[in-house]
Amino acid sequence: MTDAPLLKVRDISKFYGARIGCRNVSFDLWPGEVLAVVGESGSGKTTLLNCLATRLMPTSGSVEYRMRDGTMRDLARMSEAERRFLMRTDWGFVHQNPADGLRMAVSAGANVGERLMAVGERHYGNIRETAGDWLGRVEISADRIDDQPRAFSGGMRQRLQIARNLVTSPRLVFMDEPTGGLDVSVQARLLDLLRGLVQDLGLSAIVVTHDLAVARLLSHRMMVMKDGLVIEQGLTDRVLDDPREAYTQLLVSSILQV
Amino acid sequence: MTTADLATYNFAYLDEQTKRMIRRAILKAIAIPGYQVPFASREMPMPYGWGTGGVQVTAAILGPKDVLKVIDQGADDTTNAVSIRAFFQKVANVAVTTKTRAATIIQTRHRIPEEKLTSGQTLVYQVPIPEPLRFLEPRETETRKMHALEEYGLMHVKLYEDIARNGHIATTYAYPVKVEGRYVMDPSPTPKFDNPKMHMSEALQLFGAGREKRIYAVPPYTEVVSLDFEDHPFEIQTFDKPCALCGAQDVYLDEVVLDDRGGRMFVCSDTDHCEQRCASGHRGHLAHDKEAAE
Amino acid sequence: MYVAVKGGEAAISNAHRLLADRRRGDRSLPAIRIEQIVAQLGLAVDRVMAEASLYDRALAALAVRQARGDMIEAIFILRAYRTTLPRFGYSRPVETGAMLVERRVSATYKDLPGGQLLGPTFDYTHRLLDPSLLTDQEVEAPLEREEAGEPVMRVSDILAGEGLVEDDGSLPEGHVPGDLTREPLEFPMARDLRLQALSRGDEGFLLALGYSTQRGYARTHPFVGEVRIGEVEVELDMPELGFAVSLGRIQVTECQMIAQFKGSAKNPPQFTRGYGLVFGQSERKAMAMSLVDRALRAEEFGEDIVAPAQDEEFVISHSDNVQATGFVEHLKLPHYVDFQAELDLVRRMRRDYEAAQDKDLPEAAE
Ligand SMILES: Nc1ncnc2c1ncn2[C@@H]1O[C@H](COP(=O)(O)OP(=O)(O)OP(=O)(O)O)[C@@H](O)[C@H]1O
Ligand SMILES: [Mg+2]
Ligand SMILES: [Zn+2]
Repeated sequence: MTDAPLLKVRDISKFYGARIGCRNVSFDLWPGEVLAVVGESGSGKTTLLNCLATRLMPTSGSVEYRMRDGTMRDLARMSEAERRFLMRTDWGFVHQNPADGLRMAVSAGANVGERLMAVGERHYGNIRETAGDWLGRVEISADRIDDQPRAFSGGMRQRLQIARNLVTSPRLVFMDEPTGGLDVSVQARLLDLLRGLVQDLGLSAIVVTHDLAVARLLSHRMMVMKDGLVIEQGLTDRVLDDPREAYTQLLVSSILQV
Repeated sequence: MTTADLATYNFAYLDEQTKRMIRRAILKAIAIPGYQVPFASREMPMPYGWGTGGVQVTAAILGPKDVLKVIDQGADDTTNAVSIRAFFQKVANVAVTTKTRAATIIQTRHRIPEEKLTSGQTLVYQVPIPEPLRFLEPRETETRKMHALEEYGLMHVKLYEDIARNGHIATTYAYPVKVEGRYVMDPSPTPKFDNPKMHMSEALQLFGAGREKRIYAVPPYTEVVSLDFEDHPFEIQTFDKPCALCGAQDVYLDEVVLDDRGGRMFVCSDTDHCEQRCASGHRGHLAHDKEAAE
Repeated sequence: MYVAVKGGEAAISNAHRLLADRRRGDRSLPAIRIEQIVAQLGLAVDRVMAEASLYDRALAALAVRQARGDMIEAIFILRAYRTTLPRFGYSRPVETGAMLVERRVSATYKDLPGGQLLGPTFDYTHRLLDPSLLTDQEVEAPLEREEAGEPVMRVSDILAGEGLVEDDGSLPEGHVPGDLTREPLEFPMARDLRLQALSRGDEGFLLALGYSTQRGYARTHPFVGEVRIGEVEVELDMPELGFAVSLGRIQVTECQMIAQFKGSAKNPPQFTRGYGLVFGQSERKAMAMSLVDRALRAEEFGEDIVAPAQDEEFVISHSDNVQATGFVEHLKLPHYVDFQAELDLVRRMRRDYEAAQDKDLPEAAE
């Protein structure tokens, strides 16, 4: 980790009319760091994630991102062209529902290759080889490269979505419940895989989850949200082993009882 | 109501106000090669989809001294070409020709003439769907953004899928091109055989899409590159045999079914080109039969 | 042996001659006169005027005759004429509140100022073929009201008095109403342009879309606040004179469809409206238009866009029957150059396929 944060979030609030999405959220994300955002349903996790990833316009507050050249840029002041470029090169976004993040009607190979082509790769053989490589890394067998995601299981689709996002070596990946709709054994394998990838690639990531086990396994640091507010944050082990807020204690104890 | 009460139409049908509006769109299109300029397309007295875009462009640039050629599928005598030519004879009383060389303006549907066009000539294309991204993304709001931000990755995804499925790019007409290194453009449904003719052409190329209300242009001497992969370069169609009438090689051929027993022959799709070659003594293997028949 | 097809010109002119013959039909019958079409096929004429966006009964009737009764062809002919007409200026908005109503019904109030007025309607006729129309029987003169001519208050104004329905709406400061026929159409559109497009949109298409909203594809819980048919004054501002002059009266059909709305943080609960306005007498079209207009306002009211009728690009891009018929029918133009290219490709792919099969066979036999 270097001494400058990758993402600087200050006082982000989002209101849907009179309803609060999230309120006054501030934090720094450091290179190579994985931050988990946990909290019960409706606590504002997805809202916050979408504000950070410029998929939603926050009502107030600012998000600054350190570009590859080292300059800090206010995301709200970037042109749409710059934002979209970031989205398809430097960032990844893994949706809870893989169908939202994949092109369901094109082959797995093209799904992975799309970002490469978008940044100018023009050698079919190389694109295919890289796509094949990545399918291997997410444990999809090479002979499925020309199949469409429709023909994949839920777990395979999620792994394909991850490969599609990581192929351009992004620096920052946003994930919204990446193990959401999967059954428990599939979840465990996917988590293992994700943990390996994040470590190998030195990725920074923000992972939204309501599952504390996911936070424990993947993240260095975590934030607990309730009613749109961050009520506790700290190193993951500290928060889970020694929760300070009564609400966090409740969350942790309820999961431990399971 | 007598017919005399109905309008007497302006030179080249459109009123001067409308022509000015179209000319402004054309000038803008020339200034930004490959960019689709929206224009307030008019109803024309022929149906949308039958060349109204091309007709409006031609009407806007046509002068009394111009010589007009109209082709459809490469031929001057296809019914729609005949009809459009007759329209301009009627409303502009303009000189017409079938000779590519003699024309100052050539309006075309689906072909570029075989003979090299020269400086001072204008080729006007009739365009049904101007948006090369349309079948990948149906929304106008989204495709305009993709052009603005030069987000053309999706175009190559389509070509990638072709190769993955067929071993080669399976697009045969309306093959997308990149113009002057910036805009991806639909060359109209010409066969990809004609794509290389667009590159660095001496002639001005104008594209009119009436129903979709877009005009775009390729100015003379402009780079027009067909999209491809380094290891799967763009290729044009080739034909096994020369034209059966004039013996031309390296031209686009129409397949003509001769009987119900599988008999067929291949002849130039560009009828003027074929006639010029026959007139200067070139002969294909069926040319004798043809003369005998006449 | 082979002679290229020639003579397109002669073929076309012969075809048109035959068309003229068929249009005239049996010469022993009198030719139908434009005045007869205007007088006796009035609703056909009205539809042509509405969708051609040109208010001229005689020309519309001529187009109907020229098109042999093919409505879309007639609309097309009249549009192609309209487009060549010079533009003198833009009239003031017509005041439908001041309409001289011939028909006016409301589904939301049993009785209301001005009353329910059925007018010349097919409603409540029994759709039994009427043999009396086979012959030219005497038709009774209609009964006329005595006090005709009084303007009748609009139902939307009655509701607006209590603030129960959104007001007529106002355009943003400095917004000049667009002109669909003069400027390129771009998405997203403002409502003024959208209404223009709907007003000339195909009756059948809008009917189907409006119907789909009733069946649950973007339900809006509509009530006919009011349908009114009658004549309105068209006025043109005369800057030189400093006042507006009347150009005459035209017949229009207006529909105000009242729809549900729960209210938001900014607005108290109130009814919203869908609007339909078309030339002539065309209740079906005006009602369908108002349903579709309301459905298309989904985004304005923060409603989810889930159905075709709410999708502006989809609806507006496909509502124009002159465009639609041209493009559908253009498929009969020659496409043999493209087809040749595809033929060539399919042959090549079949050769590859057969080669691959041949290669596989011996292995399988082993
Ligand atoms: N588009 C919207 N319009 C209005 N309110 C919204 C919208 N999206 C979210 N909200 C509200 O904002 C609050 C936070 O929602 P959000 O989706 O961020 O929660 P979450 O923590 O991601 O929940 P979950 O774990 O169920 O996904 C909730 O009260 C929700 O109802
Ligand atoms: Mg969520
Ligand atoms: Zn030839």
